Amino acid sequence: MTEVPYILDVLVSLLLLLGLFFLLTGTFGLLRLRDVYARMHATTKSTTFGVAGLVLAALLYLRYLGLSSGLKESLVLIFLFLTAPVGAHMIARAAYRAGVSMWQGGVVDEFREWEEKNR
Amino acid sequence: MITPFVSLVVLGGITLSVLLSAYRVLRGPTIPDRVVALDNIAVNLVAAIIVFSIYTQSALYMDVALVLAILSFFATVAAAKYLLGGTVIDGSPLHTRRPR
Repeated sequence: MTEVPYILDVLVSLLLLLGLFFLLTGTFGLLRLRDVYARMHATTKSTTFGVAGLVLAALLYLRYLGLSSGLKESLVLIFLFLTAPVGAHMIARAAYRAGVSMWQGGVVDEFREWEEKNR
Repeated sequence: MITPFVSLVVLGGITLSVLLSAYRVLRGPTIPDRVVALDNIAVNLVAAIIVFSIYTQSALYMDVALVLAILSFFATVAAAKYLLGGTVIDGSPLHTRRPR
């Protein structure tokens, strides 16, 4: 194990714990929220930020150790930032088209209003 | 040197997160619920690989993380297309129902 400076050690650990916090929050939302759309809302946002924290930690740590230029870490981050919203949007649209109902206590369905207006 | 210890703790937490998401995969009332939970599991696995690369002080695992991220995105898109129209690849002879 190569030694790293104390400040980098603490910074990497904090970023790791921040990423874990966001990942666990997303999973908690996936378990506790009431319909697909709300669950999707919880997981996509939190996993984006969670992986961002972990990738920043890996980038700082591995780049300081001279093991990596940080290019691949940045690539993972950029790819997840680009694909998480696209994938969530596709799943939400498919769920809505397949007729998955929203939670009964929901107050607004803007897509149905839009469809009725533009019929 | 607290980073190896913290990364082990984070790996344990990610394992817990994967197990809790597996409950939603098994229980989930609808198919999109299961797809969202499987996507969450895949992102958690990418995160676990990144943390493992910190733990072992090796940059080789980043390729694995990148490929897993790409595969999970394609799996999500394929599941969405399947839910939408019944076929994954447009224009195939099996295409029976037009996507609405």
